Amino acid sequence: MQSFQEIIFGLKQYWAERGCIIQEPYDVEVGAGTMCPETFLRVLGPKPYRVAYVQPSRRPADGRYGENPNRLYKHSQLQVILKPSPNDVIEQYLGSLEAVGIDLAKHDIKFEEDNWEAPTLGAWGVGWQVMLDGLEITQFTYFQQCGGIDLDVVPAELTYGLERLAAFLQVKDSVYDIEWAPGFTYGDVRLQDEVQFSVYNFEMAEVDTLWKLFALYEGEAARLLALYPKSTQKSRFPLLPAYDQVLKCSNLFNTLDSRGAISVTERVGVIQRVRKLAVGVAQAWADQQRTAQ
Amino acid sequence: MSLPFLLEIGTEEIPDWMIPGALESLRGQLESMGIDARMDATPRRLTARAQDLPERLPDTEERVTGPRKSAGEKALEGFARKQGVTPADLQLEAEYYTYLRKTPGRKMIDILADSLPGIILKIAFPKTMYWTGKAGPRFIRPIRWIVALLGGDVIRFELAGVRSGNETSGHRRLSRDRKGAVPVTIENYEQQLRDNFVILSAAERRKKIEDGIAALNVRLKPDPSLLETLVYLTEYPTPIVGEFDSRFLKLPKEVLITVMRHHQKYFSVEDESGHLAPRFVAVMNTSGDPEGLVRRGNERVLRARFNDARFFWQTDQSKKLADRVDDLAHVTFQAKLGSYLEKTRRVADLVQDLGGDEHARRAAFLAKCDLTTELVKEFTELQGVVGGLYARAQGEPEEVWHAIYDHYKPVSMEDSIPRSRTGQLVSLADKLDTLRECFRIGMAPTGSRDPFGLRRAAQGIVKILVEGKVNGPSSHLLGDIVRPQLKEFFAERVKFYFRDVKNFAYDEINAAMAAGWDDLIDLQGRLRRLQTIRPTPDFEPLAASFKRIKNILRQAEFTGGLFDPALLEPGPESDLFAEINRTAGQPIEDRIGALRPKVDLFFDKVLVNAPDPAIRANRLAMLHNVLEQFRTFADFSEIVTNS
Repeated sequence: MQSFQEIIFGLKQYWAERGCIIQEPYDVEVGAGTMCPETFLRVLGPKPYRVAYVQPSRRPADGRYGENPNRLYKHSQLQVILKPSPNDVIEQYLGSLEAVGIDLAKHDIKFEEDNWEAPTLGAWGVGWQVMLDGLEITQFTYFQQCGGIDLDVVPAELTYGLERLAAFLQVKDSVYDIEWAPGFTYGDVRLQDEVQFSVYNFEMAEVDTLWKLFALYEGEAARLLALYPKSTQKSRFPLLPAYDQVLKCSNLFNTLDSRGAISVTERVGVIQRVRKLAVGVAQAWADQQRTAQ
Repeated sequence: MSLPFLLEIGTEEIPDWMIPGALESLRGQLESMGIDARMDATPRRLTARAQDLPERLPDTEERVTGPRKSAGEKALEGFARKQGVTPADLQLEAEYYTYLRKTPGRKMIDILADSLPGIILKIAFPKTMYWTGKAGPRFIRPIRWIVALLGGDVIRFELAGVRSGNETSGHRRLSRDRKGAVPVTIENYEQQLRDNFVILSAAERRKKIEDGIAALNVRLKPDPSLLETLVYLTEYPTPIVGEFDSRFLKLPKEVLITVMRHHQKYFSVEDESGHLAPRFVAVMNTSGDPEGLVRRGNERVLRARFNDARFFWQTDQSKKLADRVDDLAHVTFQAKLGSYLEKTRRVADLVQDLGGDEHARRAAFLAKCDLTTELVKEFTELQGVVGGLYARAQGEPEEVWHAIYDHYKPVSMEDSIPRSRTGQLVSLADKLDTLRECFRIGMAPTGSRDPFGLRRAAQGIVKILVEGKVNGPSSHLLGDIVRPQLKEFFAERVKFYFRDVKNFAYDEINAAMAAGWDDLIDLQGRLRRLQTIRPTPDFEPLAASFKRIKNILRQAEFTGGLFDPALLEPGPESDLFAEINRTAGQPIEDRIGALRPKVDLFFDKVLVNAPDPAIRANRLAMLHNVLEQFRTFADFSEIVTNS
């Protein structure tokens, strides 16, 4: 039986052999691997890129105090970006499942329509959820637009739900029973996070403080974005730091939301504010890439 | 010589629900080229096959007229050169030089090579993507191979970087050649696919599923639309049966069935007495499951899903629906229209206006609270149902929980209306509120865009009013809330309902509605009577006469006037008046036969436009009275007659 970490090693190895850069997780909290600059910004522009990384993804509202066997505040995605998408991308993807020990001739695999959309990122694509014996194990997306920009080159994005995949391979009913490494379960490693972040997100996060932080990060991102057009040295302009501020805003929004602190009227407005920043960064970034060439 | 034709567009997996429409679109385009094709599809291919295509189109001749006979040599030579011939090849016809141009018919293979790329890209899909780059072609999913054959030859063209050829692709994992290169001819195409675990025919896949299920020896809850989904989600379908812990049967069956059907695409299984059994049928896209791996995998997924549902069911109980009303302030109804809390208040008031009692008010008050529950957040399609189930568990009276449970009904024209009067009133109030609010902020549906499902809501209102026999005129319901635009919109829905659901003729509907449609029950009653008298021999002639009367009145610009019996002339005019009086108050059915001969005779013998203005005015007034007597029943002049 492969441990959780061996499955990750196996997938990384597989994609490294297919020309992917193996990146480490991004060090700012995100809700999904798509939001990392390695995806969100790299898919823009004409340059080919191939990358794979594990991204711990935080979704405050999904926390269940460690009591639900399948729901996590923070789960791990393996994110693969193939830009441009190769013609045999689905074959390559199926090969990755075989590489971690799934004999597909003995299993049932289906591609069911599932189009992806992230309004706060001005991004959408079409694709499938990949079902293995009735279990959704991967989200497969052909990006069409990002930051409100039609993409020059269409990348394929593969997002593996690592806990699900591991539970499938190890035949476990609870994610907490997954063997992470010999002698250590997923629960040993992660249960405390789940409990404590659930308590914080649902019960103890200080709403006023979070709003203040939101305003500060938003202000900093907006300040930088306003400076970019006038900048005389665009190629060294700090757009990546500006984007970090946007990610902070996004995570604060999610936390406020799980805390039940966002009213209807506010909600739409706040999403718009984050979107405006994300789209602003994407457009500036696309411009910066063109200028740098 | 005639040749068979095969086109297979090989793609990545096409969404199942789009496939039949895509085939129809492709078939129609081929038909307009004169190709009568038989269509088939799996998720990974759209296929058209036809017989007897001509090898080439017939030669054509065209006579081209050149210069006059009197024109000079130069003109003659110029014309000949333009046609690519010498002056000797021209004929003289009636003062003009002409040339008989013969064009050999094009080869079908060339025609197809030119036109197929355009045809393929014109296949209509609800949503498309690009994949080769920003300016690249758009299709539903990437095209990966194309088989295009005419007789034994490949029809050569290139599309999205794919060259047409004679190699298809089998099942993704069961095919003998995993790289997909399975060479085919038109003759062995279907068999080659079958040998590589692809069943081309949807009918055959459907039968394989049905036969497979029959062999499993289980009793299914029939579900034709799920079956259709699975037919187009698989290339080689094989059903298997799985089990779940019977303790889950304590959860409401609505929840269990939704998890199985909507989330897992499983058929539910019934026991002998028609109750839900702890089993399910899944349809695999593969040939078998000898080791039971797929079955066990699906069972585990279902167990996790049911565990989730049970967890949600239990946690939701910790807060009663009644205590959730204020939380609705955080649930958006529509950005411009505020929250569900505001909607709840409006609907609760409205249901009272409609004559709802305390139960109805209570149900309206609680109806949207399930939107804040975990179970509905997870299974949105169960909104309403879950609220009803929670209300029952929390001791609400049956009248109340039934009303909450049913208040989204009818969700389609095939669906039933809420079972109780209370439920009908809550559903009416909810839908009316949505309609009037959306119209108030200018969100009326336009063309095919109807994001709030307003047509369906209005249709639901009509269905409840008619089939629930809700008393009172609809103008009371619509009342002062009706803006002209909404009234028109609603009239359209009433027409649609009686025409498409109740199958009345459109002109009968126009005629009956012209006499008013405040009370839809009354309208339905009049429509039925109208439908009955329509085929009687006197009806259409009388209707034609009514149309004539209406025209006469319009042309005379009749605006009213007193009728004086003393001014009547003896004969047909007096007879008609006498018959009108004699039959007054009788049912329409009896009056038609009586009046028709008198009306006919009147028009035969009497000049309405009499020279004496007083007599003319009097005649117009009498005719007007005739129309008026039927005015509350129908406007017969709307009936389309053959005469």
